[in-house]
Amino acid sequence: MLKRLNINYKHLPILVTVGLFILMYIFGSMRYTGFMSSQVFLNLFINNAFLIILAVGMTFVILTGGIDLSVGSVIALTSMVAADLIMNAQLSPWLVIPISLLVGTTLGLINGCIIHFFNIQPFIVTLAGLFLARGLAYLINIESIAITDPFFDFMAKTRIPIGDSFISISVVIALVVVLIGVYLAHYTNFGRTVYAIGGSEQSAVLMGLPVGRTKILIYTFSGFCASLAGLVFTFYMLSGYALHANGMELDVIASVVIGGTLLTGGVGYVAGSVIGVLILGVIQTIIIFEGTLSSWWTKIAIGVLVLAFIVFQRILVVRSNVKKAAGANNVDIKESSPPLKTKSM
Amino acid sequence: MSAKTPMLRMDGINKVFPGVKALTNVNFRLFPGEVHALMGENGAGKSTLVKVLTGVYASDGGTVTLEGKPIQITTPLEAQEFGISTVYQEVNLCPNLSVAENIFVGREPRKRGRIDWKEINRRAEELLSTRLNLNIDVTRELDSYSVAIQQMIAIARSLNVSAKVLILDEPTSSLDTNEVEQLFAVIRKLKSEGLAIVFISHFLDQIYEISDRITVLRNGNWIGEYMTKELPRLELVSKMIGKELDVLAEASSNKRIFKGGESFLQADQVYKKGKIQPFDLNMNRGEIVGLAGLLGSGRSELARLLFGADKSDGGTIKINGKKVSLNSPKQAITNGIAFSSENRKTEGIIGDLSIRENMILAIQGVKGWFRYIPRKKQNEIVDEYIKLLNINPPNPEQLIKNLSGGNQQKVLLARWLITNPELLILDEPTRGIDVGAKAEIQKLMLSLSEKGMSILFISAELEEILRTCQRIAVLRDHEKVSELENDNGITQQDIMKEMAGGM
Repeated sequence: MLKRLNINYKHLPILVTVGLFILMYIFGSMRYTGFMSSQVFLNLFINNAFLIILAVGMTFVILTGGIDLSVGSVIALTSMVAADLIMNAQLSPWLVIPISLLVGTTLGLINGCIIHFFNIQPFIVTLAGLFLARGLAYLINIESIAITDPFFDFMAKTRIPIGDSFISISVVIALVVVLIGVYLAHYTNFGRTVYAIGGSEQSAVLMGLPVGRTKILIYTFSGFCASLAGLVFTFYMLSGYALHANGMELDVIASVVIGGTLLTGGVGYVAGSVIGVLILGVIQTIIIFEGTLSSWWTKIAIGVLVLAFIVFQRILVVRSNVKKAAGANNVDIKESSPPLKTKSM
Repeated sequence: MSAKTPMLRMDGINKVFPGVKALTNVNFRLFPGEVHALMGENGAGKSTLVKVLTGVYASDGGTVTLEGKPIQITTPLEAQEFGISTVYQEVNLCPNLSVAENIFVGREPRKRGRIDWKEINRRAEELLSTRLNLNIDVTRELDSYSVAIQQMIAIARSLNVSAKVLILDEPTSSLDTNEVEQLFAVIRKLKSEGLAIVFISHFLDQIYEISDRITVLRNGNWIGEYMTKELPRLELVSKMIGKELDVLAEASSNKRIFKGGESFLQADQVYKKGKIQPFDLNMNRGEIVGLAGLLGSGRSELARLLFGADKSDGGTIKINGKKVSLNSPKQAITNGIAFSSENRKTEGIIGDLSIRENMILAIQGVKGWFRYIPRKKQNEIVDEYIKLLNINPPNPEQLIKNLSGGNQQKVLLARWLITNPELLILDEPTRGIDVGAKAEIQKLMLSLSEKGMSILFISAELEEILRTCQRIAVLRDHEKVSELENDNGITQQDIMKEMAGGM
């Protein structure tokens, strides 16, 4: 059947992701009244705008076979920096926002440089970044800082109507980031280098691609996304708090994996990660609609899904290897090449 | 030909690694429209020279001149910009990208700032079909094609950079005969278009078939540059190994008539579905039996059944007249069978262990992991085999990944010899190793068989099989089609006819 539909095995994970999302949505709609409203659907975006932004950055990182564990802490640090500057230092939001964005971008740049120049595992470097950013956030203030700034209020509460439903400004920001991500991934040299590194870093170097620069840029971009997500999260919570987004890096990684990106790198799509985030959102929505379930069931569901997806990817890889071994000789090039004879016959 | 001026010259190249002089005063000239073979044993400095030329290593002296102008190459990217491209033995492309993208990544055609995918696919198709005679779907991923095609694609990538110099580093080592011919057709076409091509290979046949000029290196020294036509094979080999050909001659004159010995192993209608048709095989003591056949004809599959690495679907195997079941390598080892796999890197050596540890693995496995072989005893065994097989460097604690291919193979041989097997199965033991080491391994096989060991020898090089084996079993399309006695009347052509069939 797959052959007839002309589906490449590499597209299978993302198809499964889309299918899973639709199935869960249908399940929810049939089980709960009111689930099928457009506002419930748009709420998926409103409540997860920051996750979507994070997922875009993380997709690039994972596509190269790396990982960025620092993003959750960067959200907390960004929210603290923004809250502190706006409430205690009384700076204008127009100054606060660029400064906040610089926080994660700088940290990402440092992460990337250490990973590249010292050739250290991204896991270790960004783990250090995780502790560093969280610690810095606590250094600013142990308590939560509530934000009562008119601009932040505006960003938090403005509703952009779509039909009889609405979205928030954060959703617009998130969607713009997604579009930029898709463009970067598929229509720029940078994006293609990312895929090449994920396929084989050594080959990418030998092909003369700017591997080092790209790796540094990826972590910088991920850091930037984390800071932007931090601002969006701050709009969402209207407070800065060092405990914000605790463990969120793992939610993002889970979304990216569920979105069909291989943890080994090289295969995946930004759009897939967005759907991965939406699946997480649907699970949460279903649990809220269910009413009696503890919200921790979300974690269990995510755990099961991530495991299922990783096993699924593994099976695909194994199967495609078997197929390759069997099919490698079937590729017919004879039709095009001049007839050849082994001399000795 | 000789009136032409070189397109590229390397003069007096030196390269020093900590503690080693890798290249000393090496010269290398490349002429347009010529295939230039770079010859030397493993460790002679071929790869180092290529890496200097492609900017992977910086040279420590000497000059490089391209079309009369002196140039400095410091990175692979710069080399590419000068028109010097390399295709390595291991295809260095990205398996997850499409064919077209692999050719163009890094210098994609653009339209209004964004990558123009249509143009990429169109140009890739055009490039492959006009210059390489290859019509394939360029939008499919690279890894959906065979290694041979991947190599062509790698060449296409080099051509696209408007290559002047194309370096092919061991391009044929994982190709079968047909694929090699296809590659050679491409090389000849490119040659006629005026490219200067560097060809590195261990296969002398191929060198003589394709190259016009030969430069020989030995121990990092420049030995000389010759026209291929004017350099007889034996002379080439003696220049490479730097000694007269006693060793080789000795081995090749050593074709003995089988003295006869009782049967050790008898396989009767053993088969595995989809892998190998039912076959009979009789192995006598002290006999070397060759397995010939094209790549993928079922040679390794047959061997794996005898070793219990794969489970047979039917048939019986008798050892010393007694029926045995060989369902696992362990059972085979206890029955005195040893198997050295063709995939030296993935199924043989363990790169991060030392020579000693690699050698001791099999015997320790036989004894059981809880009966540790004392270190002193280990050292004795290992030293003995390092001496016996002439393993270089003779340091048992050297990590095996730092050894040349030939020496790795010797360590693997030692690993199995230590278990003192009665039947030794060698799957392509001489692939990708240099002439000297090859001769040594062949000599060793002969002396082992004289001591009564049976050897099943799988090789793609018929010459080698003819030189060492008493009997030759030929496989075709997963079936054992014939068995030839290797008396003096048999030639390579005879075997090839059997391999090809239908002649």
